[in-house]
Amino acid sequence: MPPTAAPALLERRLLFFSGKGGVGKSTVTAAMALLAAQQGKRVLVVEVDAKGNLTDFFEHQTVGFDPVEVQPGVFVMSMHTEASLREYLKLNLRVPVLGRIGPLAKALDFVASAAPGVKEILTVGKVCWEVRESIEGRAGWDIVLVDAAATGHIVAQLGAPEAIRDLVSVGPVRSQTEWMSELLSDDALTALNVVTTPEEMPVNETIELVGRVRAELTVPLGTVVVNRVLPELFTHADEETYEALREPDATARLVDTLGGDQAARGVTAVLDGARLAVSLRRTRAAHLAELRRAVDLPTLFLPYLFVRGHGLRVTRMVADALGQELGL
Amino acid sequence: MSDMRADGLESLLATKEVVVFCGSGGVGKTSMAAASALEAACRIGGNVLVLTIDPARRLASALGLEGGLGNVERRVPDDALKRAGIQPRGELWAAMLDTKQGWDDLVLRHAPDQETAYRILENSLYHNITARFVQSHDYIAMERLYEVHGTGKYDLIVIDTPPTRNAMDFLDAPKRMADFFGGRLLRWLTMPYRMGGGRGARMINVASRPFYQIADRILGSQFLQDIAEFFLNFQSMYDGFVTRAHAVERLLHDRRTTFAVVTTLEAAPLREAEFFMDQLVARDYHLGALVLNQTLPAYLRSPDGGLVAESLVTQPGRAARALADLGVAALAEPDRTARVLQTIGDSFRNFAVVAKREAELRGELAEVPDVVVDVPRFEADIHDLAGLALVGRTLFA
Repeated sequence: MPPTAAPALLERRLLFFSGKGGVGKSTVTAAMALLAAQQGKRVLVVEVDAKGNLTDFFEHQTVGFDPVEVQPGVFVMSMHTEASLREYLKLNLRVPVLGRIGPLAKALDFVASAAPGVKEILTVGKVCWEVRESIEGRAGWDIVLVDAAATGHIVAQLGAPEAIRDLVSVGPVRSQTEWMSELLSDDALTALNVVTTPEEMPVNETIELVGRVRAELTVPLGTVVVNRVLPELFTHADEETYEALREPDATARLVDTLGGDQAARGVTAVLDGARLAVSLRRTRAAHLAELRRAVDLPTLFLPYLFVRGHGLRVTRMVADALGQELGL
Repeated sequence: MSDMRADGLESLLATKEVVVFCGSGGVGKTSMAAASALEAACRIGGNVLVLTIDPARRLASALGLEGGLGNVERRVPDDALKRAGIQPRGELWAAMLDTKQGWDDLVLRHAPDQETAYRILENSLYHNITARFVQSHDYIAMERLYEVHGTGKYDLIVIDTPPTRNAMDFLDAPKRMADFFGGRLLRWLTMPYRMGGGRGARMINVASRPFYQIADRILGSQFLQDIAEFFLNFQSMYDGFVTRAHAVERLLHDRRTTFAVVTTLEAAPLREAEFFMDQLVARDYHLGALVLNQTLPAYLRSPDGGLVAESLVTQPGRAARALADLGVAALAEPDRTARVLQTIGDSFRNFAVVAKREAELRGELAEVPDVVVDVPRFEADIHDLAGLALVGRTLFA
């Protein structure tokens, strides 16, 4: 499948974001949500990991299972297995469980730990259900973005419908896994995106994940998002000039021009800082080359942001960068 | 804080038998654990084991841990250390955690007889649980720690912890495992099968009826029965498991065990590290050290550097013209030199913003342990023994 043949990312209805812990998965998901909303879409963002800090990126208080509008057009909900089960039972089996959910939830916790895929199916099922309801006009999401499980766990999460089908031979759950699988496999509707940074472990895990997804799942891969890319400071010619500046004579002349002892210390710091920037960039470039060699997916690059805080302002900056990369 | 460093990590490690490195994903726990173990073997001596979870490939091969070794501990060969310029006083050993193998060993140890053991090992649910039940990594990591500690073979064990959603998970793992096997819930859930002995004769008490009605409708009764049978077999290991889980918990609380929390100076991992330190103290574990990894060097915050950077950005021309007189080819064109001076000034100011943010975050840390260590961001990746030794020297500096 040539990358260009893939439908544009934001034209799809369901985007998952995975990646190694610490690479900025939530930042990217939040930024993509802002970008989609800027494009006039009504967006649902689902936080799957129970960290509960996705709303920080919108500078909004934490939210629960019911979606809350945190920015115009952007709604966030936090996944909760028990609430998902309760909703599922109410909608699908018409089982009145409101009063008895306590012991049931404990039992569920137990079965969920023991039986593979139960927790995952309740998570993926809820997400798929929101998408299907929207496509069929009963819910109003133009796009659903999932801040999904990390690399180690995402295959189990997205593979849950298949796993359940293998284990459960009859019953409503089995038949429901069928439409979920269809939705999850449709590359006009769904894409799994992998967020990484240009560092060794995140890149390795990305390569490994892409391989596993292709081998074990039918979920289409979307893009690789490379976060925190350091800027290239110099062209080749400029780098020679920089190297010449580090020769003692040149450094001394620079200090003279700027004047004083302070300048001597300052010039050393600035030249060292440039060397640090260049070598950090260089090690990362090697990891990027490895990523490009091993993974043939469309890749979006987000710059390292030299900013003080985090929060909505930073999420907007990332959204702008994403927009540029997507040609929006 | 810097005055603590003289008798910092080194004296902490010299007086402990187990050091648990923890922190959120991506902060460099694995490298810190391996580097500490290496440095301890060099300076303190004795037999030091690093028990690692999921090292990067190059790091794994540097430690001699290539290809499925299971849970076997391997000695890092002395000549490999010598080639990297390291003269250890003691022995450095390394092992990688193999969750599947760890579970199999447990089952074989605790099952009442071989037949039950094999019935469990061959059950497809067992396979799924050990492979997918995330918390099972946590439990096995702690279990392995207890196991190797019990052999008495090592003077110091340094353990890396699994990447978890919640850094506290692995601490709770032994207790959860004990609760799980000792729980009323397990008895309750398997009761109909214990009493009836088969699907047809299933007797369901009043309390569990709603659960079974719903579960049957969702999952199908065959699946439930498979689960129940599996747990009936598993329950036969109850005593062994619970005793063991309590022993593991005692080891973690023991005075010979300490915890080192690793974080970077970024908002999210730092918040998690603070939460984690609070929890360790609240639960009466020994919080020994805080490792601040990948920090930017202090010179990036220097006011002199800031002033120079500012004049390079705003008026690079004067310096560029003065440099052109030197007769150096690469500095002959003032325009190009000015552009480079501007670039490095600008870059300095960028990095200064991040360095100052880090310093601020560090200043906001409320409670820190006695030992706080800074590990600078290294320009190249740490992937060999020489690199680990470099990190180790920084940790012990």
